[in-house]
Amino acid sequence: MNDRGVPLLVGRDLHKSYGPTAALDGASIHVRAGEIVAVMGPSGSGKSTLLHCAAGIVPPDSGRISYDGRELNAMSDVERSALRRREFGFVFQFGQLVPELTCLENVALPLRLDGVKRREAERRAAGWLDRLEVADIAHQRPGEVSGGQGQRVAVARALVNRPRVLFADEPTGALDSLNGERVMRLLTQAARESDTAVVLVTHETRVAAYSDREVVVRDGRTRDAELVA
Amino acid sequence: MSIGQAFLGLLESQPRHGYDLKRAYDERFGQGRPLHYGQVYATLSRLLKNGLVEVDSVEPGDGPERKRYAITAAGVTDVERWLGQPEKPDLHLQNTLYMKVVLALLTGRGAADILDSQRSEHLRLMRELTRRKTDGDLADQLICDYGLFHLEADLRWLELTAARLDDLAGKVRR
Ligand SMILES: Nc1ncnc2c1ncn2[C@@H]1O[C@H](COP(=O)(O)OP(=O)(O)OP(=O)(O)O)[C@@H](O)[C@H]1O
Ligand SMILES: [Mg+2]
Repeated sequence: MNDRGVPLLVGRDLHKSYGPTAALDGASIHVRAGEIVAVMGPSGSGKSTLLHCAAGIVPPDSGRISYDGRELNAMSDVERSALRRREFGFVFQFGQLVPELTCLENVALPLRLDGVKRREAERRAAGWLDRLEVADIAHQRPGEVSGGQGQRVAVARALVNRPRVLFADEPTGALDSLNGERVMRLLTQAARESDTAVVLVTHETRVAAYSDREVVVRDGRTRDAELVA
Repeated sequence: MSIGQAFLGLLESQPRHGYDLKRAYDERFGQGRPLHYGQVYATLSRLLKNGLVEVDSVEPGDGPERKRYAITAAGVTDVERWLGQPEKPDLHLQNTLYMKVVLALLTGRGAADILDSQRSEHLRLMRELTRRKTDGDLADQLICDYGLFHLEADLRWLELTAARLDDLAGKVRR
């Protein structure tokens, strides 16, 4: 097991280019178990790319990523996607719920994909909807709920299989202040209770204020302090 | 107000007579309230006494305005330290933050470092307010939010300014 002092996830000296554009040009990040890290920086500085690389969604051109002592680069695609499904959760700005399923079914989906029986999956999903204060919309579809409710459903879905790291890219980007606050309060509360680490990309300082620590990305680079042993 | 540090920054960009120094200060930071000559010479004599500036030439004639002042190595170190040190976040910081950004550009230093160190200082207080808000009653929430929105505004201004860095650098360095 990881104790608090040892980083759970480490991305080191990451480079990633899209054609002539260097999205990452020597960025690093480390996240300890249960820690909430805000990733900040100007638009286009490489925040989302850093999140995608650290989560094993996009392979970097160079640099190393290790999770719980294992190198992501050394894994097969199958191993990497299994890791993402079991250990990681994701919340994006919008458009991540399956429109044909009810909110409850959406939250139960990751468990179903992992082989949990329907009744059990939906029982646990209902518990998460309750924690995120959206139990009342369990049987509505995503198109029938507000943006703020939809984001809380997305957070419930991301946390339902108790990931050790939650990756959130501008989770409040499309919400007004009141709903943004609500999502952040419930997201961080749930993450802290289940000892889930959070990588939170945001350009809003009030949102970043829910974190324990911030990493600033500028022109695809971070400060040397992120390069830990 | 940091008149002393502003003088040092202005002198680092070039040596000046007392009168020029006052005019440069009033133009950039005076906001319609020019310095008194008394303040100018009192500040200069304090900086002289502390070895942060020196008289670099004296023109013939009398009166203090004959002297031209230059920054010393100790003075440069002092400016450097002041620019590198974030301000304690409060709700009336605009003047000092503005002064730091202008002087950083004027002396060929970047505003990005000021932004980063100030953001981390602001975030420290904002985290504390966020915690207090999360644990508190409605009154706590309202009061903490008031502070959070105002502190965020400082940073948004700093961010915008850092983004305009190049643009601004061309205009300030005259
Ligand atoms: N799939 C892609 N194809 C081409 N260029 C890309 C791609 N993804 C990112 N980029 C480029 O890489 C750079 C960094 O993009 P990234 O999305 O990481 O920035 P960001 O910090 O998340 O910005 P924002 O705050 O606007 O979301 C940008 O110049 C962007 O145009
Ligand atoms: Mg992005």
